[in-house]
Amino acid sequence: MSDIAIRVESLGKLYRIGKLEKHRTLRDTLADAFLSPFRRASKLLRGQATGAAELDETIWALKDVSFEVKRGEVVGIIGRNGAGKSTLLKVLSRITEPTAGFADIYGRVGALLEVGTGFHQELTGRENIYLNGAILGMRRAEIDRKFDEIVSFAEVEKFIDTPVKHYSSGMGLRLGFAVAAHLEPEILLVDEVLAVGDARFQKKCLNKMQDVGQQGRTVLFVSHNMPAITRLCERAILLDEGKVLEDSPSHKVVSAYLSSGLGTTAVREWPDPAKAPSGDVARLRAVRVRKENGQIADAVDIRRPVAIEMEYEVLKSGYVLLPYYDFFNEEGVQVFTAVDQDPAWRKRPRPTGRYVSKAWIPGNLLSEGMLIANAVVITLNPNTLQFYEHDAVAFQVIDSLDGDSARGDWAGKMVGAVRPLLKWSTHFSPDQTTQTV
Amino acid sequence: MQTEERIERRSMTTLLPARVDNVPMIRIEPSKGWVSLKLRELWQYRELLYFLIWRDVKVRYKQTVLGAAWAIIQPFFTMVVFSLFFGKLAKVPSDGIPYPVFSYAALVPWTFFAQGLNQASNSLVSQAGLIKKVYFPRLAIPSARVLAGTVDFVLAFIVLLGMMLAYGIVPTVNALWLPFLLLLALITSLGTALWLSAMNVQFRDVSYIVPFITQFWLFATPIAYPSSLLPEPWRTLYGINPMAGVVEGFRWALLGTDTAPGSIIIVSSLAALTLLVGGAFYFRRMERTFADVV
Repeated sequence: MSDIAIRVESLGKLYRIGKLEKHRTLRDTLADAFLSPFRRASKLLRGQATGAAELDETIWALKDVSFEVKRGEVVGIIGRNGAGKSTLLKVLSRITEPTAGFADIYGRVGALLEVGTGFHQELTGRENIYLNGAILGMRRAEIDRKFDEIVSFAEVEKFIDTPVKHYSSGMGLRLGFAVAAHLEPEILLVDEVLAVGDARFQKKCLNKMQDVGQQGRTVLFVSHNMPAITRLCERAILLDEGKVLEDSPSHKVVSAYLSSGLGTTAVREWPDPAKAPSGDVARLRAVRVRKENGQIADAVDIRRPVAIEMEYEVLKSGYVLLPYYDFFNEEGVQVFTAVDQDPAWRKRPRPTGRYVSKAWIPGNLLSEGMLIANAVVITLNPNTLQFYEHDAVAFQVIDSLDGDSARGDWAGKMVGAVRPLLKWSTHFSPDQTTQTV
Repeated sequence: MQTEERIERRSMTTLLPARVDNVPMIRIEPSKGWVSLKLRELWQYRELLYFLIWRDVKVRYKQTVLGAAWAIIQPFFTMVVFSLFFGKLAKVPSDGIPYPVFSYAALVPWTFFAQGLNQASNSLVSQAGLIKKVYFPRLAIPSARVLAGTVDFVLAFIVLLGMMLAYGIVPTVNALWLPFLLLLALITSLGTALWLSAMNVQFRDVSYIVPFITQFWLFATPIAYPSSLLPEPWRTLYGINPMAGVVEGFRWALLGTDTAPGSIIIVSSLAALTLLVGGAFYFRRMERTFADVV
């Protein structure tokens, strides 16, 4: 018996888009069947060619995807939106059929593509745990056994016999994740479910997932959260336009992804307000990395300061805003958090308008390598998250060998999340060596 | 504490027999043409089927004032209307049975069939979220909807027994056939629903067609009138509508109408099975596109 858990071989999935729309009615089909000969004839008369372009437009959501996953491996799948990540998980979890190729799965599969699938608003928390558990493939006895653990993980003990429709959205999500986190399949497929709940609960979920990985389970994990990918997965696969672009250790893939311009770059802008990360009060419009001279920079000298700026709109006046950044390195370690200290707007309700908040990171502080910034704005009293943009921007920090950075004259490998240039002093007393004879 | 727990869990897994040799292997590949029904897999998912039925039963009458009384109101008031117009005014014969009992005995299995058909035809569309996010045999969805109707059936059936008592009618020994007749109604309902629910995924027109179908089917079934109105070769052929067999069977088994429906039932059973098997294969064939289209 081999130690392979998943083998994917030239997998392809073709979607029809355009002409063949969802929910077409019989009338449309009949009308099409009846009218299309005329349309075609009239086009011919006007001298337009008919042919391939007339056919349904199609798109390969997955094309010629091949890879293998070993038993116990935790593999991240990354790529920008529409790269085929979710389609891949849907095919592997048998929700939808591939159009070409095949995949072999060795083991019991549990797929978690959405939190709280099948929750019914009218049923109580208790009833929904059983229903959701059964939908995700748990046996009844298994749910019985884990019931208390699930309830306490979700932190909904008091409301367990209340219909879910009276839950806050956060409680609903927590309950949904709690059920899913207690699944024990041999192969777990997870799609972007960590984008739920408050930061503390997210962390709890990440820890739970890490446990899962350590129990020797095979995990395929789709996420936009690069730090989570590097922390949870030893290996990652980068998809773009349905194809595998890169398949290697996760920190390599993540930095390839970040520096390729496919994902995070030194500039992120949202020209379309409808697609911008936004809350009721504030909307993010851009995040940029700038050098001292104001230039956009995706690589900076370790000795020079660098500014991260976020441009955002305040949509409702009268709120006190707190912009901040969470900084991660490519290993997924959070390096530090930087909270807006500008006295001009501290504790001051802001009028509507456009703001640009800039944070300067001093030179000789950061470590070499990739730094990733999550851009956040919350409104205070009560604390409400306006937006939390993961991997908003990223840049490379480059250490020179000139000798005046923190590495001094050392040219070898250096580890550590920061590399501050410290003030060193050495006191010298001659002729005071202890004789060991 | 936590580490202790983890160690314990680990050692437990090592105690379990190694499963390496019998790991289930699934090959995922494009299917071609007609595919197998995978009834064994459906059986493996029987607990999910149970939970889906349980949910449908629990949720059905939530946020209604009258609650489960609706299960009785529908067939009962149809019976009242039928008794007035067909029984009293049109003087439709009723095989020597008081007309209200005669029609209600037919309306009870009919309502089970029609409700099941109605609910199950829309089941895939109304549970699109589930279909797009989780894998399980899709046959479970319409099956659960039809099966959930048995609870309503039991309630309406108790009222039927009450009516028989009131009219002094004692059920015959043939009542032992009732489970079989109910099964026949279930097969007819599910068989039809499999066709319609799968079509509904592609063509939403089906949701508008279903009420028509049930309305026509109601009058094409001997509910308001007895099938004994037809001369013999035709009466047996009437069984092509499986509900004719079900309805006449119910009357024969409970009320002791002397029109033993032997030949009708055979024709009805064959028709119902054809409907179910055909529906199941059609459903399975269309299933591969459900998640993409619904």
